[in-house]
Amino acid sequence: MNVIAGARELVTRHMRESGIFVAFVAIVALFAALNPFFLSPNNLTNIVLQYSYILILAIGMVMIIVAGQIDLSVGSVVALTGAVSAVVVIREGMPWYVGALAALVVGLLVGAWQGFWVAFVGIPGFIVTLAGMLLFRGLTYRVLDNVSLSPFGGTYYDIANGFQNGLLGGMGFDVFTLVIFAIAVVGYAVSQWRTRRGRVAYQQTVEGLPLFALKILIVAAVVMWFGYQLAQSRGLPNVLILLAVLVIVYGLVTQKSVFGRHVYAVGGNKHAAELSGVKVRRVNFWIFVNMGFLASVAGIVFSSRMNGAQPGAGNMFELDAIAACFIGGASTTGGVGRVGGAMIGGLIMAVMSNGMQLMGVPQSIQQVIKGLVLLLAVAFDIYNKRRAAALR
Amino acid sequence: MSTILEMRSITKEFPGVKALSDVTLTVEQGEIHAICGENGAGKSTLMKVLSGVYPHGTYGGEIVFDGKTAEFGSINDSEAEGIVIIHQELALVPYLSVAENIFLGNELRGRGGLIDWNRANAEAAKLLARVGLDEQPVSTVGTLGVGKQQLIEIAKALSKEVRLLILDEPTAALNDNDSEHLLELLRQLKAHGITCIIISHKLNEIAEIADRTTIIRDGRTIETIDMSDPSSTQDRIIRGMVGRDLEHRYPERTSVVGNEVLRVENWTVFHPTQPGRKVIDDASFNVRAGEVVGIAGLMGAGRTELARSVFGRSYGRNISGRLYKDGREIKVPSVADAIQHGIAYATEDRKAYGLNLIDDVCRNISLAGLENIAPRGWVNSNEELRVAEEYRASLNIKTPTVLATVGKLSGGNQQKVVLSKWLYTDPDVLILDEPTRGIDVGAKYEIYTIVNKMVAAGKAVVVISSELPELLGICDRVYTLAFGRITGELPVAEATQERLMELMTIERDQPLPTKDYVS
Repeated sequence: MNVIAGARELVTRHMRESGIFVAFVAIVALFAALNPFFLSPNNLTNIVLQYSYILILAIGMVMIIVAGQIDLSVGSVVALTGAVSAVVVIREGMPWYVGALAALVVGLLVGAWQGFWVAFVGIPGFIVTLAGMLLFRGLTYRVLDNVSLSPFGGTYYDIANGFQNGLLGGMGFDVFTLVIFAIAVVGYAVSQWRTRRGRVAYQQTVEGLPLFALKILIVAAVVMWFGYQLAQSRGLPNVLILLAVLVIVYGLVTQKSVFGRHVYAVGGNKHAAELSGVKVRRVNFWIFVNMGFLASVAGIVFSSRMNGAQPGAGNMFELDAIAACFIGGASTTGGVGRVGGAMIGGLIMAVMSNGMQLMGVPQSIQQVIKGLVLLLAVAFDIYNKRRAAALR
Repeated sequence: MSTILEMRSITKEFPGVKALSDVTLTVEQGEIHAICGENGAGKSTLMKVLSGVYPHGTYGGEIVFDGKTAEFGSINDSEAEGIVIIHQELALVPYLSVAENIFLGNELRGRGGLIDWNRANAEAAKLLARVGLDEQPVSTVGTLGVGKQQLIEIAKALSKEVRLLILDEPTAALNDNDSEHLLELLRQLKAHGITCIIISHKLNEIAEIADRTTIIRDGRTIETIDMSDPSSTQDRIIRGMVGRDLEHRYPERTSVVGNEVLRVENWTVFHPTQPGRKVIDDASFNVRAGEVVGIAGLMGAGRTELARSVFGRSYGRNISGRLYKDGREIKVPSVADAIQHGIAYATEDRKAYGLNLIDDVCRNISLAGLENIAPRGWVNSNEELRVAEEYRASLNIKTPTVLATVGKLSGGNQQKVVLSKWLYTDPDVLILDEPTRGIDVGAKYEIYTIVNKMVAAGKAVVVISSELPELLGICDRVYTLAFGRITGELPVAEATQERLMELMTIERDQPLPTKDYVS
């Protein structure tokens, strides 16, 4: 009976995330059936390019939400950091990397500023970042003198618009892209195998070998198919490489590092965390610094993609990032949420926007549907929580 | 006497668990009926079945209330019949007034559907008089103590014309005076014909007030005994609850006391938000290896404040005084430093301060000692699971897996998780703040056994408690704390409950007795 209870516990624990994954697959299947162009190489590349900055923001946002805070300022910070970069590169004529570096420094400073008010003064993140939203938007207008700056051109433009293509030659498709994807798949399989071996060594229960192999095989097939589609189009987008690195690094930080554990502990019960030696203020400070950093990365990607900076850039990005986290299973009261979940949540929004655009659904209806999806996702979350509670 | 309530063959199953099987409960009109059982025995489930939290159809068996078969679909249905349940965690809104709370959800409407506040306040005043609470109906509930809030809950129940009042652990958070007052009130209600079911772990309280007691164990009725019968002793109840003879409520221990481990000198702490208010006044105490030292104090004496201010200054302001560890002075400005110096503190309020209830057993155990399994900042989760399994086995934590959510465990098992967390930091001094609050007799015994194991391993243990028999049962020495001052120190051989109580009630401006104060 213990095993069954344990298995059920495991399923209810992961129900929210796997449930959302099933929903994602269903949405993709739906649009693929409705529009044959949806799964075409070109369109898949477009989805990655169009929503990468929301996904980057969602990585930082999910950590903030897990810690029980919220950040409303990220849209303005995206605009500000992009503007600073544009001023440095376009107006001052400095090299692209100076612009990117300036943007990162501004992002870190913004994060430290907001972290200071939240962690050391004790003002709720909602208020601090609401103020930040106005503050940094205003600064963006000042920095840009109310006008747009463009174009970046050159290497800076390639950050978000460039591809790794033809490095190893190709026969109608890019070999380099396929090699990178193959390395990724092998790396995934090896790390899964090592985790499994570690579990076995510690006498933990693992799924049977055939099931394990099947899981790896399915993941490998889907990933390689996706890679092949990209290889047939324009090759490997630079942004995708950046995103993959960020997801892996932050996935490890949140799940495997002491700092990540402390974020969950603070969100789950701040007092208990404090009395267990967790430095709650320090955790709060660093998650906002980190958010500032990722917002500046998103700012660089977005300004590069737009090939310029506009004073109104990044408007409402914060809401897309927050929605991605909640659709991806983060809890509104903190303590629960994963980077992987937020990525799926962000992809659901991306796929829906893209699919509806392809089908020519009017903008107004798109908004309505996205709003309903957010509502339903959180309702599903609450329903699951109740069911889990009723099991007791 | 007629029967007001009969619950026949109640069976309630959750997936995989049979919480109640064939439970029978008969309550007579106008009696006070106690229900006893270990945590997790099914008492709360039974009361949830009765009050309609688990609606009719989700359980087996039959409920007959007042001669009629009752099929409650919700709490509202049972309240309409006059069954009111008061939970252990009070459900009052702290920012609303007493009257607003009493009539919450049941507002007295005047003309045009608006609330008639004059009538509400007048009615509330009458109800307050009935429960013997001398407070204004317009006072804010949050400013009143727990004891008074409990009385407001009862006043609220009376406003609904209650016929059967169910109290779940009503005195768990109350001090002796407030408990006494509450029990007296229950007797008065009984005289007015209100039937009462009381769930309690305090056996002497049950002996004092209950007419009959039903004992539940592992989801089954063991027996219902008449308390006027001379054979209905506390020992008989305990035997029924745990299913075995508990000859000694405290495990035997021969103490081997070694060198001093921790000494606190001239410790003074001020209130964090009210400057100038001394919470701890010039307190000094010490604890030696292999020794269990008790700190006895009434609620509000500053017990938790003393412990938490020592534990990395996690409470208070302008803290002055010295700490010595193994004879050397140490500075402990933060909790992390305290853990580093081998000091651990297990809180009195495990839900609010001890556990991350939405996380699993495993991660709760590892949190304070995470550095041990995280070389270079990366957690070895396999090692983490192994550690958790080890504590689950050695402390006998009853959970389906170490990946189960802590919030779903019973109080005693949650307490064992808290202890595991601190044992894993490998402390030299362990401060236990009310380690057995709200947990049952069997689990208490297990906790005492764990304490004994620790001192046998040469650790020093400080136990803070308001249960004097507990302190006398497990300690080598007892300090008394009253109004922020250490008022006495007694070897356990010289301590009696009366002597301790005397020392615990010395007021702020009274002189301290000198003869007991040996250092």
